[in-house]
Amino acid sequence: MAVVVEQTPRGDALRQDSRRRWRRLSIGEILALLLLLGLSFLFLVPFFWMLSTSLKDVRDLFDSRWIPSRLAWENYTDAFSFGMWRRWTLNTVIITAVAMLGTLLSTSLVAYSFARLRWPGRDLLFSLVLATMMLPGIVTMIPQFILFSKLPAFGFQGSRVWIDTFLPLTVPAFTGNAFYIFLLRQFMRGIPMELSEAARIDGASELRIWWSIVMPLTKPALAAIAIFTFQFTWEDFIGPLLYLQREELYTLQLGLRQFEFAAGGAPAWNWLMAASLVVMTPVVIIFLLFQRYFIEGVTLTGMAGR
Amino acid sequence: MAQAIQRQGVATRRSFWRPATREAVTGWLFALPWIIGFIVFTLGPMVFSLYTSFTSYNITTSPVWVGTENYQAIFNDPRFYISLRNTFWMVAVKIPVVVVASIAIALLLNMDLPGARTFRAIFYLPNVLAGVAAIFLWRWILAADGLFNRGLALLGIPGPAWFYDPAWTKPGIVVMGMWWIGGNILIYLASLKAIPAQLYEAAAIDGATGWSKTRYITLPMLSPTIFFQVVTGIIGAFQIFTTAYIISGQNGEDVGKGGPGQSLLFYVLYLYNRAFGKSGPGGFQMGYASAMAWILFVIILAITLLQLWLARRWVYYESEQQ
Repeated sequence: MAVVVEQTPRGDALRQDSRRRWRRLSIGEILALLLLLGLSFLFLVPFFWMLSTSLKDVRDLFDSRWIPSRLAWENYTDAFSFGMWRRWTLNTVIITAVAMLGTLLSTSLVAYSFARLRWPGRDLLFSLVLATMMLPGIVTMIPQFILFSKLPAFGFQGSRVWIDTFLPLTVPAFTGNAFYIFLLRQFMRGIPMELSEAARIDGASELRIWWSIVMPLTKPALAAIAIFTFQFTWEDFIGPLLYLQREELYTLQLGLRQFEFAAGGAPAWNWLMAASLVVMTPVVIIFLLFQRYFIEGVTLTGMAGR
Repeated sequence: MAQAIQRQGVATRRSFWRPATREAVTGWLFALPWIIGFIVFTLGPMVFSLYTSFTSYNITTSPVWVGTENYQAIFNDPRFYISLRNTFWMVAVKIPVVVVASIAIALLLNMDLPGARTFRAIFYLPNVLAGVAAIFLWRWILAADGLFNRGLALLGIPGPAWFYDPAWTKPGIVVMGMWWIGGNILIYLASLKAIPAQLYEAAAIDGATGWSKTRYITLPMLSPTIFFQVVTGIIGAFQIFTTAYIISGQNGEDVGKGGPGQSLLFYVLYLYNRAFGKSGPGGFQMGYASAMAWILFVIILAITLLQLWLARRWVYYESEQQ
């Protein structure tokens, strides 16, 4: 049975436009093009400056050259010789991977329930999901901190309570996220109900229908969610700042802060930029590889990302 | 009898319950992760936080009921008003600047020019870099003799000391914020693409020119998107934290800290300082901080409702007119 699910009309429209070949441009269009080129330059310059700074010797740090008088490649090895970078990378990878797994699993199950099952109280609960989307995170920040400082961890990661373990940064991911549940629900409602009916007649369980019928047809939305969760967890600052105290549990974002006062109370800019570039790289690579999903994700969720 | 047994047999093999009941039970089970999360990580904490806001509490000892003391103290706290003013400044300046700039760029991208896809990717690229690294980068770019001021100098403009001058710290954050409008651009671009071409064709027949098309077709058709972006943008701007935390170069120690002349003491930064500040007067005041959180919640709620009310005057919903 051929199933055509209308997935990303906008994304396709966007892609088609750019396929158009060069044509004669009006003066207005040429001006617009020049403006876009200028703006793109401004958007990209910070990256070049970062690269340039990361390769400068301390003595050249405050000159205005783009290409340093001497390329100080040792900045990269020096920057990573302080602190427990290997450990911090591993920590960040673990937290990110678990959070991604938890988010995908929970949001897809919950969205499946809201989109494709009928049960009493469903619509009421769904409006509650929508309401939490508008709830400012700050309201729950302090009571959650208090909660995690009381919940017993039974010595997990050497801690008596959840604070100073990865638990506060990973476990909540397994309880879903309102934005993503909403996105997936919209998406799953577009899949013909007849598919589920047919599978039910064949004796398939809901878990089976969720996993082998609905999930594969929801891939673009799941990809967007995976990518956003990756990015937000990798770059999260306030979470690790609140919950991780021991240095061996730090994430990369917390690790970067060790350079903040490294140069006699001022930031060691060349090391900071070298380390920052390396920390940023995975996200940039993921972006370049899965650009399409990022862009579709933004348009699908209406989330500006920041 | 035999039939009844047989039917029961089928039912047992299929499921213990009737199909509708089974579906209801499955529905609840599938939704359970969210329900548990909502109770444990949202509703419970909110109730507890409301209670805490009427107590004196430092986590290590039990909360002591103090009535409305925290709220009274907050309304007599000069830093509360400073943080509120700083935050309102950000909302009032940053949101309009972001809306205008991102719509302008979206309009340019919507012109079907060669390379539109590449431009789109370039404008979005900074959005994937939201962490500490990017904020440090901008602290470096906006240094007194940093890249930005050197660029201004080329144009003959003397640049300010940005994050060292109380008058320029917040404009500095707005400038760096412009690097992250790529997501907004994409959203406006998608809305622009969704405007039916017939509208423009019909207007052209009626003799509409470029500006009047923008004014009477593009902007009204874009207004629901603008509305959504403004509402979520304001909620976000009220909660600015990481940027201020990193830019003001603080160590989470001194409660009163918040950049030069407290010009970066934003609401959530001050709230964080009150809750987790390690030295100075008034750290670890969970009751005080919870009360602050609730005040902010009420402010955000009031502003959102006000916007919903105002929306009727300027947001155009196509379906209503038909």
